[in-house]
Amino acid sequence: MLGLLHSIEIALGATCLGLLIGTGGAYGKLYGGPVVRDLLAVYTTIVRAVPELVLILLLYYAGTDLINQALTAIGYQRIDISGLAAGIAVLGFVQGAYSTEVIRGAILAIPQGQIEAARAYGMSPSLMLRRITLPAMLPFAIPGLANLWLIATKDTALLAVVGFYELALATRQAAGVTKAYFTFFFAAGVLYLLLSLFSNFLIGRVEAWSRRGMPSLKEAR
Amino acid sequence: MANEAAIINVAARTSLWLQPHRIVLILVALGLVLGAIFYMRWDWLPQYYEMGLLGIWRSLWILAVTCVLGFLLAVPLGLAQATGSFWFAAPAKVFCTVIRGTPLLIQLWLLYYGLGSLFPQYPWIRESWMWPYLRQAWPYGVLALTLSFAGYEGEVMRGAFAGVPKGQLEAARAFGMSRWKIFRRIWLPQAFYRALPTLTGETVLQLKSTPLVATISVIDIFAVSSKVRQDTYLTYEPLLLLALIYMTITGILVFAFSRIEARIPNKVG
Repeated sequence: MLGLLHSIEIALGATCLGLLIGTGGAYGKLYGGPVVRDLLAVYTTIVRAVPELVLILLLYYAGTDLINQALTAIGYQRIDISGLAAGIAVLGFVQGAYSTEVIRGAILAIPQGQIEAARAYGMSPSLMLRRITLPAMLPFAIPGLANLWLIATKDTALLAVVGFYELALATRQAAGVTKAYFTFFFAAGVLYLLLSLFSNFLIGRVEAWSRRGMPSLKEAR
Repeated sequence: MANEAAIINVAARTSLWLQPHRIVLILVALGLVLGAIFYMRWDWLPQYYEMGLLGIWRSLWILAVTCVLGFLLAVPLGLAQATGSFWFAAPAKVFCTVIRGTPLLIQLWLLYYGLGSLFPQYPWIRESWMWPYLRQAWPYGVLALTLSFAGYEGEVMRGAFAGVPKGQLEAARAFGMSRWKIFRRIWLPQAFYRALPTLTGETVLQLKSTPLVATISVIDIFAVSSKVRQDTYLTYEPLLLLALIYMTITGILVFAFSRIEARIPNKVG
C-alpha cells in the first residue's frame, strides 16, 4: 500500500513539475528569442528521442552527482538526496518536454483575436497568461495532458529499476519473498488499472468543466 | 538557368537556417562533444565493441518483430471495435483498456516471473516441444512487447477504420466486390494511410520500451551498457553513448517513415 502511495505521490509531483516546465517551455518556444527557442527545441527533441529508462538512469546519477559536487565546491557537506525528490525531479524533467509540446499546440489553437484583445486592454503579460491564455488553452490541452498523466503513473514503475521503493518494486519484493509471483504482479496490474480508470473518470469531469460554455464536441460533428 | 536558381534557392535557405546564434550554438555543441571525447574514458570501447553491435542488432530485431506482429494483431482488434457486434467489440475494448492502463514493466514481469513460475508445475508443459523456448527470457519479452504494441495500435486502428468515408465502402460494394476484397483493396489501405503518422510515433515509443526487456535478462543494447557500467565502474560514458545510439535509431526511423508517408498517393481526408 505504501508503494502505491509513493507511486501516486511521484506521479502527481512529476506532472505538476512537468506542467510548470511545459508552460514555461511553451512560452519560450512561442515568444522567446531565437537562442531560447533553439535550446528548447534541442531539449524537447533529445528528451523525446531517448528511452525514459536511460534518461532516468542518466539524470538520477548525473543529478545527484552534480548537486553533491556543487555543494562540496561551495563548502557544504554532501547530502543524501531522497529518492522521492530525485524521482519527481527526473520524471518531471521528462514530462516537461512532452507537456511543452502539448501546451504549445494548445496555445496556438486559441483564436488569435482573444490574445490581441487582451493586449489591447493593456494587460501585462503575466496577467494575460493568468486570465486569458491559461483558461483559454485548457480545453485544447486537457486531452494531451491527460495522456501525459497516465504516462506519468505508468512511468513511475520504471523508477523500480533505479531502486526506488514504489508499487512495482514493492510488488517484486513481496513476490520474491512469498514466491507467489503471478498473484502479486496480477494484483499490482489491477491496482495500476484502477488508478488509470479512476483518473479517466476524473479527467472526463475536468474536461467537461474546462469546456463549459463551448459548443459540445458531439453537436459540432 | 533553372539549375542556378535552384542553387541560389538552396543557398538562401541555408543562410536563413544558419543564423549567427545557431553557429555559436553548434560550436558550443561541438565543444561539448569534443570535451566528452577527450576528457572522458573511452578505452573500454574496443573490448565491448562486438557485444554492443550484437546488442543493437538484438534491440532492432525485437523492435521489428514486435511491431509487425503487434500490427497484425492490432488490425482485427481495431476492426472488432469499429464494426464488430458487442461480443467481438467488448473483449477487444477490454484488452486495449487493460494493456493501456497498466505499465509495460508490470506486464513484462507478470509474464516472465508470474507465468514463468507457473509453467514448471505442469509436467506436460515440461515435456512438450515448447519447453526449451519457455525456459528462455526472450519469448516473454517479445510476447509482452507485441501485446503492448497491439493494445496501443488497436485503439489507433479503431479510429482509422471508423474514419474511412462510408461512400468509399458503398462504392466498392456497388462494384460488386466481395467483403474480403473490399477489406483488402479499399478499407485496409485507407485506414493504414490514416494511421501512418500515428504509427511513426508508436514505433518510436516501441523502440523506447525495448530496453525494458533488459530487466528480464535479455541482452539487448541497454543490458550491454549496464554490463559495461558494472565492469568498468564508469557512470556516464556508457549511458551517454547509449542515449546517442537510441537518438540515432529514432532519427533513422522517423526519416524512413517520412519517406513512406511521402509516397502516399494523395492526401486523405
